[in-house]
Amino acid sequence: MLTDETTPADAAVPSPLSAPRLAAGRVHVRHETVTAWGFLAPTLLLLGLLAVYPLAYAVYLSLTSAQVGFAGRFVGAQNFIGLLHTQIFTLTLWNTVWYTVLAVAVKLVLGLALAAVLAQPVPGMRWIRGAVLIPWVAPVSLSVLAWTWMFDSTYSVFNWTLAELGLIRSPIAWLGIPNLARFSVVLVNVWCGLPFFAINFLAGLMTIPRELHEAATVDGAGAVGRFRSITLPLLRPVLATVLLFSVVMTSSDFATVFVLTHGGPMNSTQVLATLAFKLGLATGDLGQAAAISLYLFPVLVLATAVQVRLMRRTWQW
Amino acid sequence: MVRSDRRRAAVTYLLAAPFVLFALFPFAWMLITSLKQNRELYSLAQNPFLVREGITWDHYRFLLERTDFPLWLRNSTIVAVVATLVSVVFALLAAYALARLRFAGADGVATGVFIVYLVPTTLLFIPLARIVALLRLSNSLWALIVTYPAFIVPFATWMLMAYLTSIPRSLEESALVDGCTRLRALWHIVLPVARPGIITAALFAFTLAWGEFIYALTFISTSSVKTVTAGVVVDLIRGDVFYWGSLMGGALLASLPVVLLFSLFLDYYIAGLTAGAVKG
Repeated sequence: MLTDETTPADAAVPSPLSAPRLAAGRVHVRHETVTAWGFLAPTLLLLGLLAVYPLAYAVYLSLTSAQVGFAGRFVGAQNFIGLLHTQIFTLTLWNTVWYTVLAVAVKLVLGLALAAVLAQPVPGMRWIRGAVLIPWVAPVSLSVLAWTWMFDSTYSVFNWTLAELGLIRSPIAWLGIPNLARFSVVLVNVWCGLPFFAINFLAGLMTIPRELHEAATVDGAGAVGRFRSITLPLLRPVLATVLLFSVVMTSSDFATVFVLTHGGPMNSTQVLATLAFKLGLATGDLGQAAAISLYLFPVLVLATAVQVRLMRRTWQW
Repeated sequence: MVRSDRRRAAVTYLLAAPFVLFALFPFAWMLITSLKQNRELYSLAQNPFLVREGITWDHYRFLLERTDFPLWLRNSTIVAVVATLVSVVFALLAAYALARLRFAGADGVATGVFIVYLVPTTLLFIPLARIVALLRLSNSLWALIVTYPAFIVPFATWMLMAYLTSIPRSLEESALVDGCTRLRALWHIVLPVARPGIITAALFAFTLAWGEFIYALTFISTSSVKTVTAGVVVDLIRGDVFYWGSLMGGALLASLPVVLLFSLFLDYYIAGLTAGAVKG
């Protein structure tokens, strides 16, 4: 499979001296083609079998009434339509939208603020950067477990602190009341995702030449003006990439909600991924479960399309 | 001059403090909880920030002697190491082809790999569970060793592609002129120069494999075969009884390997985070 420049194909060219340059070039290119596909083969095989095929299989499952251990029959879009008539699904869909919008918005704002802090050239900044990145490195399911404990209905450290400060009289049921539970899952998602935003924005900030800011200051621009007319426009490519990634990752998040609330109370924090898991594994309704997770597909397609276009543009520059 | 520098530093530290506290507090809380005696842990009268009655290692002892926790750590290590090695080799070959070789379809393949990279695991776990079952891999570490590279290879390929494009072509071209094969050029010339990129890709691969949750939760049900992420979350919580001391000890111990790697290779991680977005 793997060929090189000295295999028989090269020897077929009668004599290196008499061979026209063009022909040699063509042979060279053909070699590279064979080598390239050889190098790509393991990856393409792997991704074909364990990413593309399962995705197609998910689409197939979603169009059937398959159960665990039972193939089911073709039911068309019935799963997708039927879901929209169930209260739990429409609630889940809205939860997912709100969860994504709120968490991404907060990560965006705090990420910009944190990046601005991390960009300051002060001693010890390396350690500060390291410290704020740790939530990204640690396994999500395990750190969310710590949050579950910190939000505990009886022993919450937040409740203790707030009560000591005289701010609350009775303990707050962080994970027990629908809107508070929603607030909690968003907060924890922000905690996990903030490092990724901040470090990418920081990298973006570093590429903006200092002279631009200095020149604008000389021209009398204030901090807000400089941010709006220099930082924001130049940061736009990074902003777009980070936002798109985050929308995909947040809307498909599983671990945060699964560990923190299991989707409760009364499904008020249920998101598409946790509902699909619940239906697919608890009740074994694979057709419906596949349909639920495929409701993420439009987001994915949109994000991918925009991202690929952005990439093309970057390549052209 | 010096004074304004100092003021600037002070303001920066002040602004950074809430972020650092926010980021690190859950880990401090894991540590405090895991060292407290139960009597104190579940007493509402006491200041939860303090350990008054002396620290105890009981929670760790319980974790290491009475649960499958050591097995989970071993399983996670095996899965993460093998998945990382396989993924980096696959990704390096693919990235070299896409970044260096001229062939029709290179753009298409690169875009395809990128699209796969965006497909979240939560979209794939249901069909993959069926495929894993068909391949008779359910309930074994193989289920994870085989499926993890499928989400690691795409981003590792992108990361390495970006890195390889930054290495001047002329380096290997002279070797190729000397009759070196592509594979040998990759091994002897590109590999040593690309080492930082490969280390970054490997670190990210390991971190992602170590922290993976939904596949580990779905494909494996026997406790002794679980990895640490699923094991701690599912098997240490029995019914409504929470062993918070051991749970937090377990969460902390299991986070330690990746956090340690991270602190040793901080610069690689920062470079990687900005080169290829992975989760967030």
